[in-house]
Amino acid sequence: MPGSVYTPTDYFQIDDLLTDDHKIIRSAIRDWVDRSVKPVIEQACQEHKFPVYLLQEMGELGMFGPFIPEKYGGAGLDQISYGVIMTELERGDSGVRSAASVQSSLVMYPIFSFGSEDQRMKYLPGLASGKMIGAFGLTEPNHGSDPGSMITRIKDMGDHYLLNGAKMWITNSSICDIAVVWAKDDEDIIRGLIVERGMEGFTAPETHNKWSLRASVTGELVFDNVKVPKENIFPAIQGLKGPLMCLNSARYGIAWGAIGAAMDCYDTALRYAKERSQFNKPIAAFQLTQKKLAEMVTEITKAQLLAWRLGVLKNEDRATPSQISMAKRNNVNMALEIARESRQILGAMGITGDFPIMRHMMNLESVITYEGTHDIHLLITGHDITGFEAFHQ
Amino acid sequence: MSTVPDTTTKIRFAGDGTAFDVTGVQWIINPWDELSLTRALQLKEESNGAIEKVTVISVGLKETEPVIRKALAIGADEAIRIDTAPLDAYFVAKQIAGSIKDDGFDIVLCGIDSSDYNGSLVGGMLAEFLGIPSVSSISALNIENGEVSVNREIDGGKEVLSVELPFVAIIQKGVALEPRIPSMRGIMMARKKPLNVKAPVEADSLTEMISFEQLPAKAACKMVEEDNVKELVDLLHSEAKVI
Repeated sequence: MPGSVYTPTDYFQIDDLLTDDHKIIRSAIRDWVDRSVKPVIEQACQEHKFPVYLLQEMGELGMFGPFIPEKYGGAGLDQISYGVIMTELERGDSGVRSAASVQSSLVMYPIFSFGSEDQRMKYLPGLASGKMIGAFGLTEPNHGSDPGSMITRIKDMGDHYLLNGAKMWITNSSICDIAVVWAKDDEDIIRGLIVERGMEGFTAPETHNKWSLRASVTGELVFDNVKVPKENIFPAIQGLKGPLMCLNSARYGIAWGAIGAAMDCYDTALRYAKERSQFNKPIAAFQLTQKKLAEMVTEITKAQLLAWRLGVLKNEDRATPSQISMAKRNNVNMALEIARESRQILGAMGITGDFPIMRHMMNLESVITYEGTHDIHLLITGHDITGFEAFHQ
Repeated sequence: MSTVPDTTTKIRFAGDGTAFDVTGVQWIINPWDELSLTRALQLKEESNGAIEKVTVISVGLKETEPVIRKALAIGADEAIRIDTAPLDAYFVAKQIAGSIKDDGFDIVLCGIDSSDYNGSLVGGMLAEFLGIPSVSSISALNIENGEVSVNREIDGGKEVLSVELPFVAIIQKGVALEPRIPSMRGIMMARKKPLNVKAPVEADSLTEMISFEQLPAKAACKMVEEDNVKELVDLLHSEAKVI
């Protein structure tokens, strides 16, 4: 029977550190990616279109909020399971993984962690099944790395809040049914609230002409005097800590996800190098090609070990935001470097859509910037080890 | 159900070619058995409760349990693992027959072969040991009003048979479009489904594995321009030495 030619890399037998369930989960998502993502994703990217129907399939298989308890429609899985799912999805495409990251970590996670029981019961089952799609609004046109300076506000009107402002670079924006939005209240305290599509004054225009994450919806969330019922505000969180806790969960998933993109590039380059002959021998037999491939497998192995250890810590609720920053920064950069080196091994073929490498490379240019830029994560590590904040003057 | 190496596995041998090296091998459900399971689950769903349960049975050591768990996650109701290494087809058929002969099953579905050793023997032997009919190369299996009909691929066409229960259905492609993917929730629920471990019955194996050999590496392909017949003939004569 036909199968994918993809050969996953496990140079240090890290599989031995996974449970049987982790491996079953991985094989399920891998099969789904081979069946539903790989055959359509290249064309979707070329046409700058997100295959929206994939969200329904992802929901049915339980890829949204896998760590959310079963009571709310999740699968009650551990954090390593979530990581394994993200790796396999991003082997398909960073855009598809982004949709799952946002839904799981930036929408379901805050509703579960900060929401009221009514909010959980109202939204989580629909989000888990993929029947409801969520977006997350933190970044603003003039406030990216410095979200604390946001200008989006809620005004207490007695029986409701009045929301005004705009959010930018929002995954799933124009297809979302609900958005988790962060805004300052009358006392300048950051609060989280759930805004529903259809509320008057809420629009979500799409951002076009991207060269990255082309098979993913990105856009704005615009709030012009939107009346939000008081029961839509998160009761259990105040301040920047709320959105940052969401980002921790998403960044953790990205640290795993990037490995998938890297493994797809490495696997493609390794196979190509063994098949492509120049000067009467495979290019894999040349030292400079071997240097590239050997460094790639080394870096992938290091990233796998980092992600696995972070997963263990996260399962034990001991992973610090700084550790997550280090893993996200290292692993995304690793994936981007491997995409670039793999592209070189494929020569001119590497720029075509016949291979996934250039698509991964362009996607990763977003991934290295979103959810905390490469530089900001470095400064988080710097702050953690020196005690000095270097984010601002 | 057999547990086999993933189809992308690099096959290596250990012990001077006397054993298969399982280091780093990813194990999967034998693809033909996975199709059989898919069709069994569909039949159960179509039966409106007439089919009581789907049981997966596998002969193998404890290491095969993750693969059996996957079958449960896909939707099988219960599983039986016969706790012994599957030595050869005769031995495996004896084990399965010994285990299920009193279980009151209606249909045993098994893949036409396993993608590792490709023996294609277990289904036929099993039917013989159970004293029931078997139908091979089934590409469609349907039950309507309690009547079972199967399609068999034959030379130049297909054969449609009506079959009495119980029987062994030896499944090839066509019986289901593609295997099911387990959901995350299904994987969690599989933890709670019964996986019964049974002791093996007394049985001999009739074959002995003496050695394994790799296929010779493919030689590099030499391209000759289409109008250069002389070079082609020279190469065939002087290099390939076939003319």
